[in-house]
Amino acid sequence: MAEIVSLAEAVERAIHDGDAVAMEGFTHLIPFAAGHEVIRQRRRDLTLIRMTPDLIYDQLIGAGCARRLIFSWGGNPGVGSLHRFRDAVEHGWPTALEIEEHSHAGMANRYVAGASGLPFAVLRGYNGTGLETLSTGHGTAPTIKPITCPFTGETLTAVAAIQPDVAVIHAQRADRSGNVQFWGIAGVQKEAVLASQRSVVTVEEIVESLDPRPGAVVLPGWTVSYVAHVPGGAHPSYALGYSVRDNDYYVAWDAIGRDRDAFSRWLEQHVYAVGAGQL
Amino acid sequence: MTSQVSMNSAEPGELTYTADEMMTVAAARALRDGMTCFVGIGLPSAAANLARAIHAPGLVLIYESGTIGAKPAELPLSIGDGILAETADAVVSVPEIFNYWLQPGRIDVGFLSAAQIDKFGNINTTVIGGDYGNPRVRLPGAGGAPEIAASCREVIVVVRQSTRSFVERVDFVTSVGHGHGGDSRTKLGLKTKGPTRLITDLALWEPDPVTKEMTVVSIHPGVTRAQIQENTGWSVKFAARVAETPAPTSNELEVLHELHARTNRAHSEAA
Repeated sequence: MAEIVSLAEAVERAIHDGDAVAMEGFTHLIPFAAGHEVIRQRRRDLTLIRMTPDLIYDQLIGAGCARRLIFSWGGNPGVGSLHRFRDAVEHGWPTALEIEEHSHAGMANRYVAGASGLPFAVLRGYNGTGLETLSTGHGTAPTIKPITCPFTGETLTAVAAIQPDVAVIHAQRADRSGNVQFWGIAGVQKEAVLASQRSVVTVEEIVESLDPRPGAVVLPGWTVSYVAHVPGGAHPSYALGYSVRDNDYYVAWDAIGRDRDAFSRWLEQHVYAVGAGQL
Repeated sequence: MTSQVSMNSAEPGELTYTADEMMTVAAARALRDGMTCFVGIGLPSAAANLARAIHAPGLVLIYESGTIGAKPAELPLSIGDGILAETADAVVSVPEIFNYWLQPGRIDVGFLSAAQIDKFGNINTTVIGGDYGNPRVRLPGAGGAPEIAASCREVIVVVRQSTRSFVERVDFVTSVGHGHGGDSRTKLGLKTKGPTRLITDLALWEPDPVTKEMTVVSIHPGVTRAQIQENTGWSVKFAARVAETPAPTSNELEVLHELHARTNRAHSEAA
């Protein structure tokens, strides 16, 4: 059963140096506050997993928390590059970053396999792409391989399951028993939580009981490790019904992320100088 | 050529428009009413919403965030803006949008852009220069593009031309166009058409029916063949009959300007 704790305690207990961590949320409900707490607690050597690294992983990578990144699209949506990610890949700053990259369909299916307790998932994809060849050529175990359908003989693509140590997500609400509810663009968070050993969920509000919502995903409390009450914890992403996406922040990030000094100043002022409780 | 430069030297009473507007209008015209369309952010989203406002009110816009049948009044900055979820017919999870909706081939047309594209319409959005492990430029990567290129019934690619973006052979194949040409797609087991149109700031291109090499079929007003060649990294093939792309009409431009004005207003109000 989920324990309702502070964000600092949730991160301290759930996320350790060297863990594989999936902070999911597809544009919507990105768990920024939890990411910042991971930076503040100076976690190192993390394998960061996320379909769209977005600014949250740009910040974690720039802060030196990551050793490895597993992803499918690393840009600033509608704006341009993730400059901290690029600096790490192109120049090894602040530390070298290994990467393992997929397509969105491949990543989504890897989470589905993880959540299903299967070693792999099957899709039609990757045929003829450089991603297919990459997966076998860079010193790590291949995660994309052809597979023959046992019924039709057709050649399909298998992708290895992702089973992170920890999933971190942001949701609109939880109740006092730690049952979690989120709605709007639901992304791949349900799969990420069910694929992981442990999970941290930050929420906009904690209510007495969850009333039904059209299209809402409910994660029963017994599938969640820790719930923390963090209103606004998705900013500059958003929580449908609670906040709107801060598009200006995404645009402004370009100049901050582009420059190592500007980024280091940002980190000092907006992450290290801020307590977990004062977001 | 930048997007701010007017494409034509305006005579009295003649319309002026930017290269981006010509591309957006050309892309919008390629969409028919009732089509289902997998849309990316930026110019494709502007084109799809322009088509919806002018001649294709029943166009079904599908964004990879899982929003199916989105009807945004203004353009979103990201593929997951709230307005997409709020106006959609259905909102589904990310595994579902790729597995149930894109993969079976039920979506008519996919829009893609590219950092690099080659003469067979293969797309690179992964790395440029150096080698993979030590690239000169690290690009965002694949996103939804490889499976959009493989599974949509056809693909429209929209990209500005330069010798940097139009290369003989892409540095990395992120998304397969027509492979090495000819029957490459069939050999890869792909059952869809792949890129059927390439829309640039200078011209409209289509694959040769046999070789699948991208061929210029229509040149935008005021653009010369020499300009197209100068901005292409291989020897350009022109179709036997090359048309002139009709310039954007005053109605197309008016609706597009209004769409951008609404977008700017909405984004500044939100801020």
